[in-house]
Formats: sequence, structure tokens, C-alpha cells
Amino acid sequence: MPTLRTDRIIPRGLHPGAWWVWAIGLATVASRTRNPLLLLLVLSVAGYVVSARRSNAPWARAFIVFLKLGLVVIAIRTVAQVLLGTPLPGTVLFSVPEFPLPDWAAGVTVGGEVTAPSVMASATEGLRLATVLACIGAANALANPKRLLKSLPAALYEIGVALVVALSFAPSLVTSVQRIRAARRLRGRPDRGVRGIISVAMPVLEDALDRSLSLAAAMDSRGYGRRADVAAATRRLTALLTLGGVLGVAIGMYGLLDASGPTAMGLPTLVAGLLAAAVGLALAGRRTVRSRYRPDPWRVPEWLTAGTGVLAAAGSIATGIFDPAALNPSLLPLSELPLPALATAGLLLAVLPAWVTPPPPAAVTAPTTSTSRQHAGTSADSAEAARTSPGRDHAGAPDAERPVAGPAPVAATGPRRDEHAGEATP
Amino acid sequence: MIELQQLGVTYPDAAAPTLADVDLYVPEGELCLVVGRTGSGKSTLLRSVNGLVPHFTGGTLSGRVLVAGRDTATHPPRELADVVGVVGQDPTSGFVTDVVEEELAYGMESLGLPGDVMRRRVEETLDLLGLADLRDRALSTLSGGQRQRVALGSVLTAHPSVLVLDEPTSALDPPAAEEVLAALQRLVHDLGITVLLAEHRLERVVQYADRLVHIPGGAAPLEVGDPARLLATTPVAPPVVELGRLIGWDPLPLTVRDARRHATDLRARLSAAGRPQPPATNGAPYAGTSGAPAPGDQVAVTCELTVRYGPIIALRDVDLELREGEVLALMGRNGSGKTTLLRALTGVVRPTSGAARVGGAAPASLRPKELIRKVGLVPQEPADLLYAETVDAECHAADRDADVAAGSCRVLLDRLVPGLDPTAHPRDLSEGQRLGLVLAIVLTSAPPVILLDEPTRGLDYAAKARLIGILRELATDGHAIVLATHDVELAAAAATRTVVLADGEVVVDGPTDEVVVGSPAFAPQVAKVLAPLPWLTVEQVARSLEVAP
Repeated sequence: MPTLRTDRIIPRGLHPGAWWVWAIGLATVASRTRNPLLLLLVLSVAGYVVSARRSNAPWARAFIVFLKLGLVVIAIRTVAQVLLGTPLPGTVLFSVPEFPLPDWAAGVTVGGEVTAPSVMASATEGLRLATVLACIGAANALANPKRLLKSLPAALYEIGVALVVALSFAPSLVTSVQRIRAARRLRGRPDRGVRGIISVAMPVLEDALDRSLSLAAAMDSRGYGRRADVAAATRRLTALLTLGGVLGVAIGMYGLLDASGPTAMGLPTLVAGLLAAAVGLALAGRRTVRSRYRPDPWRVPEWLTAGTGVLAAAGSIATGIFDPAALNPSLLPLSELPLPALATAGLLLAVLPAWVTPPPPAAVTAPTTSTSRQHAGTSADSAEAARTSPGRDHAGAPDAERPVAGPAPVAATGPRRDEHAGEATP
Repeated sequence: MIELQQLGVTYPDAAAPTLADVDLYVPEGELCLVVGRTGSGKSTLLRSVNGLVPHFTGGTLSGRVLVAGRDTATHPPRELADVVGVVGQDPTSGFVTDVVEEELAYGMESLGLPGDVMRRRVEETLDLLGLADLRDRALSTLSGGQRQRVALGSVLTAHPSVLVLDEPTSALDPPAAEEVLAALQRLVHDLGITVLLAEHRLERVVQYADRLVHIPGGAAPLEVGDPARLLATTPVAPPVVELGRLIGWDPLPLTVRDARRHATDLRARLSAAGRPQPPATNGAPYAGTSGAPAPGDQVAVTCELTVRYGPIIALRDVDLELREGEVLALMGRNGSGKTTLLRALTGVVRPTSGAARVGGAAPASLRPKELIRKVGLVPQEPADLLYAETVDAECHAADRDADVAAGSCRVLLDRLVPGLDPTAHPRDLSEGQRLGLVLAIVLTSAPPVILLDEPTRGLDYAAKARLIGILRELATDGHAIVLATHDVELAAAAATRTVVLADGEVVVDGPTDEVVVGSPAFAPQVAKVLAPLPWLTVEQVARSLEVAP
């Protein structure tokens, strides 16, 4: 087994599970506090590690997407508070004309005075949500969600595949919407507005259905869902354990994430749930015959990454016990915001993965991957563009810089411009 | 290896069985080619081999299907995954993962093979199919041919003894198709895999086949036998065979090479006849032969047209002019900008710089109602244009959309596809009928410019011949037609002018016969047999021989 010193130099993808544990640790911190200083610290930690350790693969752009989503959340939360919320007492910033509402809507006000504390409170609330989102985005950017599947227990694998396949239909749905809308225009029908959208919905759904059917047929023909024989009693026990475990985990997580609930209730339930689920899954795994191709190793960097995530969460939980006021401080004046030592230390530890993990492999960072995805996604040049090899598609594209290891195949190595655009196959 | 005994398949709600009393035995190591008209039951036959019919599709199966001794009645597709590999027409729809290497391993993981075996087989397969350089590439960045080879590889890693391929090259440009077929041939020769293959474009595959299975459709029995013997009579045949039949060569040549050796006399006779004659059905401009009458007025033009999608330049400085009565074939590999050009001409994309004009107006600024009077497009998926429940409703909608007298569309439809059931659902039509319906809808508003994107995908030879006739008639009526196509035989038979695009630029623009003769990728089979003479189709040869016997 390589030492940490060598292991963090040689590029490889870190086990996706490690990134997810780390990200969930950060998300736990974010969801337990309303202290903007801590939230901003979580954001910076996640941002720094992502910028240091993400690859150039298409999924690596997830962080930016989630950040933008977070900004939208903050904006909506704040505007909603200004327009609809009951103002907290404090300095009045400005007032919005108040709309009188009928009697049945008593308790809801539209407009009125806008105070500094209420704006601050809602913005922080939004920031908290945005930070949790950013943590999920970081996990997505650092680990290909599909690779995480490979590490799922055998029994969960098939559910996981179903989920991932369902998710990957979203981009192809966008493509077929664009394709069919363009076609509609060619029948002289309006291509915009509500009617335009409704007339497109039906063929798009048919399209998606066709596609999922052919995918299902392909997966079935390739052995998806082969089963080994297991006794009926074992199957029932498995179902019971798994279901109970999942319930336990759900209740435990709720107790843990919600700082206002008793921590003592959360942790034991979570542990018991995890144990039951683990036994259930191990039993269920007996029914599947799957094996794994090149499983991701779990070595020192993985332990460190997951560990720092857990420590960050632990720091915040400890702060919640010893100094709960620091997690939910009064927000004004800003200069008096506390910065609890334990939680801060835990978060600072969580930056470590930026150095202790191996850099992402260069192979998947081929510039073609990202440009072509963009092409297929943004332009949706029907099937033709999506089928395109970037090497064939555009001269002088970044593809030209990609090192080509062998002679074959000519088609992919760069643009050729002979008279008839024919291609030699080696 | 594959044994079908008295196989019959009836789908639910179907009036008649799709297959009845089929007996077929395919011995180990044979490449067996399944041919037949669209809808004759080719796909059903292929899918019954690994149990997708009836386990997946539903329906009733009578008789028995035995593959490597396993009965599909007791073995669903997943239990046959280790002996039968299935590759379909569109590889993208069957991909489960998103990286080449993982895709190759997926099937083996499902079978539960140990890690070292998987590792070894993935490396072997990468080499066998020439995919080693692509191992870390995302599947979405591959070209059509590369994807189809990955799809082949992903079933090969399970070491199946039978490979079932349903139209593996239909969606590919000619070089990509050759890429895939070369890989396939190596499998048959080196590994002794049994292959059952269906393909519309017979000219691409017939020379590789050991045996031919012709499904006549209906209740007629299967015809099985030596390709050369069977092709003498089947209604579907590639151009080189048609030429052989016409001249009466015996044995019938299946490859261009065989035909060329027969053709010395024919070449001498034809060069004595001078040049190919224009088709008799068509008095107006058929410039497939040089010296044809000049086409009429200009109806569409592009001027330094450039279209960019983000960092990718799809079209660069394209200058084209389209005139009445012209049939323009737009060729080039997948992704060379053909579809983008059609989209620019219909205003679906706006030019980044330069201009596209149709009937004097920029199509992107036209309202849909005005647009359809100037230009019509039959998209790659004709069904995209259809949304009514019946053919009749579809025709009425077209009349309304175009503000023409009721029944106009139906009249056009009867001309293109006579006797179509007005109450049929558009989805239940055959590919050819659906194409005809969409063409009729597009023609209802009488646009002077008609664009067709890959019109022959999924068409059998008969439907293709009808399409060619229709296109010529439309050109005679003064329509300008643009065909974006990979089908060199279609371009040779229908187009007066051919434009080859590469990387978004016009590489060649000229009369079809001058462009395609001598091009290794874009020459039709007849031109290859008769090169350097400019005859492109069997029809032209037949006419020349009538005139100068």
C-alpha cells in the first residue's frame, strides 16, 4: 500500500464516497447554524477545495451551477420576506406601499415597513440554504455521481442505476423539446406561448418513452437484473431489516440536522438504523451476482478526506452543546457576530483535502469533453451534433492539442480536408 | 447455434401474426444476413433470438427458439446475456454508463465475472476494435462510427457466441459504416462468432454474408440460401446486383470488384453510346448529366453564412445558390454542418454572420405562417411534424395551417402514397408511408423550396425508388429540393447537383456525376463498377443500352 506521501502525488480519482462524506459533513455544519460568518466560512472551504481538486469533466461544472442556484434562493427568500413577511422590530430601512387584503387573509400582509433585522434574518436564512446547496454542488463537482454508484452496496445498485438513468434523461429531454419545437414552427404553428408548449409536450413524452424502452431492452439484454436463488425467509428478513434501517436513518438524520431537537435522540437512532440497514443490505447483496470493474480504492487520502468532513460536523455539534448561542446569534450589529472556536477549527480542518488528496487524473481532463458537452447541450443541434466527434467537427479546436497515443483511428485525430472529405480507416 | 423451430409471433392487438412457421438453423461461425421489406418482421426475428420477443415486447410466441441449447421460453434476455449480444441501430439509446471503458465493462459486471477477467477482456476488446485511444473519452464526444464500435465492444466483452445486429450501419456515413463492418468481419474471421445481421443498405453488407435469409412478409415461407443465388430473385437487391441482373451476368456479382471484372464489355458498349441519357419521366432540368438545361430562377441563397454554437463553428462562409427545378444533394460526414445549413435555411438558427435568404426574406425573421409558404422541411424524424390522431385529421390540420381549400393535402397525399387508410394513426404507418404523409403536409402550402434531412433512413429499396420518382416530379414542377443525406445511391439517382461539406465549409460544388465519380467515399456502386464512365445508376445504364443496343 502506497504511503500518503506518494499517494497524494500520483493523479487518480479519489473515492467518490470520501467526497460525499466530506460534503455531507460541511452541509451538516451549514444546516445547524444561522451564523453568517460560519456559513461564509463553509462556502469558502468548499469553494477552495473544489477549485483545487476538480477535474475538467462535464460534471465538474456542477459547483458553479449550484452556486447560481443558491443566489436565486437568497434573492427569493429576501424578496419574499420584504413583500410578505411580518417585519421584526428594528431600524426601518424603507417602506413599500401596503396592499389592503380582505378579511379572510388576515395575518398576511403585503408590503409595509421593511426593517433591517428582518432583511438580515431572511438573507441569512437564504444563505444557509444556499450553502447547503453549494456543499451538494461541491460533491457533484468533485465526484462523478455515476461513479458513486459503483460503490453502492450490491443490493442498492439497481435502484441507483434507475435513479441515474432517470436523471440523465433530463438533458436528452431538453434536446427533444428543442428539436420538436423547431419542427412545429415548420408546420406554420406558433412555436412560443402556452399553446406552443402544450402541442410539444405530447411528442416529447412519446420520444422519452421510446428512448427509455429501448434503454431498458438494451440493459435487459446485457444481463441487468440477473438473480441468484435465495430462500424466501431470508428475503423477508432482508426486507424487514432494510426498511427498518432506512426509517431509523431518516429519523436519526432529522434529529442530527435539526439543532433544536435533542441530539441524544438523533445519534443512537441513526446508529441503530445504520446497523440494521447494513445487515439488511449485506443479506440482500447475496441475491445479486454483480461484480465490480476496477473498484475505487479506499486509502489514506480517502480516510483523511472523510475524516475532516466528520470532524467539521463534530465541531459544530460540540459548539451546539457548549455554546448554542454562537450558532444562532443575534444578527445585528454585524461587528459583534461571534466566531465559535470549535466549529471554526473543524471547518478549517476541512480545507485539508485540497492538499492531502491526489490530483484528478489528466486523462479525463481532455478539453474536448467539456466543449462537446456544451455543444450538445446548449445548441442541441439535433442528433447530428450530438453524434459528432469534436475532432471531426471543427478545425483548430482544442482537440488538436490532445495527445494522440497511437495511429488508430484516423477519424478522431484531427480535421482532414481532402477533396471529397473521405476518410481512410486504418 | 441458433435454431428456430416453427416460430410464430403474434403481437397483442395485431390482426395477423408477424411471423408464422419460421424454421431456421444457423450453424456456428456463420454470418447470416436477414433481408426483407420494411415491416416484414426482420426485427421481430432478430429480437426473438435473445428472448426480447416475447419477454420484453409482449405478444405470443409459438414454436421454439433455441440458442446454444437454451430455450428462450425458459430463459429471459438477462439469462441469455452471456451467449447472445445484441446491438441496435442507435447505439446511444443503449448506453448505460458515460465513459468508453466503463461501458465495455458493464455487461461483465452484470454477469458477475471476477475483476481480473474483466480487466483482461476490456483491454483485449479495446485493441480488437481499435478503441484503445478512446478508453477515457466520454461517450457523448464520440463520432457515430466510434459509438457503434463501442456498442459492439460492450456486448463482445461478455464473450457471446452469437451476435445479433439490427441495422448497425443505417445511421452512419459511408466511412463510419466501413469502420464498423471491418470490425465485424474481423470478429467473424478471428473469433468464429455466429452473426445474425439485418440491414436495409444491402450494398454495404451483402459481400460479407455467408448466407441470406429473405423474409417475404405475410405468411410466405422464409427463403434461405446462398446470397448470389437468392438475390437473383428477391425484390430487395443492392445496385450492383440489379446491374448484374440487367446484364444477365452469371454468377451474379455481389461486390464491386466482381462486377468490375464482368464489366469490361459493358464499359466498352457504354462508351460507344456516348453519355448517359436524362430520365424519360422528366422533361425538365435533370442536370445529372452535364449539358442539361439551366435551372430556373434563384429561390434561396446563402451569403458568407457562418453559424457558431459556442466555441464550435458549424458553418463557415458558406455561399450557395439554389434555383428552381434543382435537386441538390448535401453530403459530408456526420457533423459536417449539413443539418445546420438546413436549420439556417428554415430560420431555426440565426446566422452568426452573413445571411441566409429564402424567397427574398431572412427565414429567421418570418412568422411561422409566412415561413411555410417559402420553405418546407422534412426533418430527420418525420414524426416530429405529426401530432394528430389520424391521417385524416393530420391532413385537415395541414389545410388549415396553410389556409388552402379543404382536401388539398389529401389530394397531394394520394399522389405520393396512394390509398393510405385515412383513419390510421400516423405512428402505425410504415417509414415510407410516414415520410409520404409528412411530405404531403409540407407541400400543402406549396413552398418553392423543400428540404429533406436524411430521407432514406429506414426506407427499403422499393420505398426509396418511389421517393426518387416523387423528388423528380417535384423538381419538374419547379420546386427546388435540398437533400441532406449519407445515401450515395439516393444522391446519384435523384440529385442534379452535389455539395460536399467538411468542417462547415463547402469543399465541392458541382453536377452530381462529376462530383461522385471517382470519389472513394461518395461514389455509388454503379459508378464504381463503370468508372471512369459517368453512369451512376442502373436506370441510366438500362436506358443507354435501349438506345444503343
